[in-house]
Amino acid sequence: MLRISCPHCGERDETEFHYGAESGVAYPPDPSALSDEEWAAYLFFRANPRGWFVERWFHAAGCRRWFDLERNTVTDEIRPAEVTAR
Amino acid sequence: MRTSQRPPEHPDFLWADAEPKSSYDVVIVGGGGHGLATAYYLARNHGITNVAVLEKGWLGGGNMARNTTIIRSNYLWDESAAIYEHSLKLWETLEDELDTQIMFSQRGVLNLAHNLADIREGKRRVNANQLNGLDAQWLGPDEIGKLVPILDVTDRPRYPVLGGTFQPRAGIAKHDYVAWGYARAAHALGVDIIQNAQVTGFATTGERVTAVETSRGTIGLGRLALCAAGHTADLTDRLGVRLPVQSHPLQALVSELLEQVLDTVVMSNAVHVYVSQAHKGELVMGAGVDAHIGYGQRGSFHVIEEQMAAAMELFPIFARAHVLRTWAGIVDVTPDASPIIGQLPHANAYVNCGWGTGGFKATPGIGSVYADTIAEGRPHPLAVPFGLDRFTSGRLIDEHGAAAVAH
Repeated sequence: MLRISCPHCGERDETEFHYGAESGVAYPPDPSALSDEEWAAYLFFRANPRGWFVERWFHAAGCRRWFDLERNTVTDEIRPAEVTAR
Repeated sequence: MRTSQRPPEHPDFLWADAEPKSSYDVVIVGGGGHGLATAYYLARNHGITNVAVLEKGWLGGGNMARNTTIIRSNYLWDESAAIYEHSLKLWETLEDELDTQIMFSQRGVLNLAHNLADIREGKRRVNANQLNGLDAQWLGPDEIGKLVPILDVTDRPRYPVLGGTFQPRAGIAKHDYVAWGYARAAHALGVDIIQNAQVTGFATTGERVTAVETSRGTIGLGRLALCAAGHTADLTDRLGVRLPVQSHPLQALVSELLEQVLDTVVMSNAVHVYVSQAHKGELVMGAGVDAHIGYGQRGSFHVIEEQMAAAMELFPIFARAHVLRTWAGIVDVTPDASPIIGQLPHANAYVNCGWGTGGFKATPGIGSVYADTIAEGRPHPLAVPFGLDRFTSGRLIDEHGAAAVAH
């Protein structure tokens, strides 16, 4: 079980959170202008690295806010990401 | 229940550990079931024997040793049913093909329905399977109670058994014996099996991959075939190719050895548990994936806890069983829960990945299909729908219903 530090509520059990995968994937400003390849890249392709990774989490059983977290995908070490609440 | 004989004696020698040569016609990255089967069929069906299988650890020590060995073909869509049934047919003759025992037991797989949506989905899948010529059936709670007497089919459980799909030809096999059987047979045909050779990079010229850099030196290649399951993205990142896969830890566990009480594979997607009893007597149970991506080959305990609670509800008799050990494999999950098979943007590089939580059952099928794809330089007809281009075209093969977590 991960212990995750919510920037608003403090450290809680992983079961209070939902996962949001890669951080920083913005909704395209003009989706209809995208090519099929660009739309597929936005919709389906996400980073999947070994090692340190900035990812999104949602504190579903707490403040119900999204935030970024940096986690090592091999060791599960966690450190706060630069960008936090959105 | 048809069970294939007794376990074979533990062999002294199966294959020779090869020293890497300077180059090969085909280099397969990943010495699990898929990699070994691909090497075997390249040699057996296509006469391509100058082949190396590179394994970063020990042979068959990744997901091949970490799955729950369930074999079935009752997938919803035509494309999936075709490739999984191709595989199931090969399983049915695999002991003769490899001349080795793999303890293939066609004891049937039951997928339980616990609510109205499950019933509708299950019946739809049975109908689709029957249209594809598969041996799928719908069973009511009474029939399920007769088939699996230790299953609680009363209305007591929180998620009562309201029915289920059943595929009698489905079953289990002994995963280690499958890996060793393919390794032995491939080696006998001239394939080099190279363990402790981790791929650290690739050399490319123009649009061709010319060599792999490994912890045991640089190895030149004619064609590259990735077979690395959950670690595929790490390799394709090094090739500069992005894939729509996310690698998750998927856990499983075994109990201590018990008297034989269960001769059917029972799966429940709704409560996230699937269980069979191995020949020796241990209960083999699979859990769900951790939501987050991870490469640590271990999962979170709360996932196991939920799985045990579900198993206890369905099988009250399991309450006194003890967990012997738990572990995790790294599964590569695609957006539509279907695999990716075909060519990479490089002219001589191929990928087989994205089998997610269900790759074991596909071992013989994908081995033959992937070998054919590599040998002929075009996708095998069964692989055509599973190309990387489907994420751009939108022709997804959505198997979340048939696969879900319990693939």
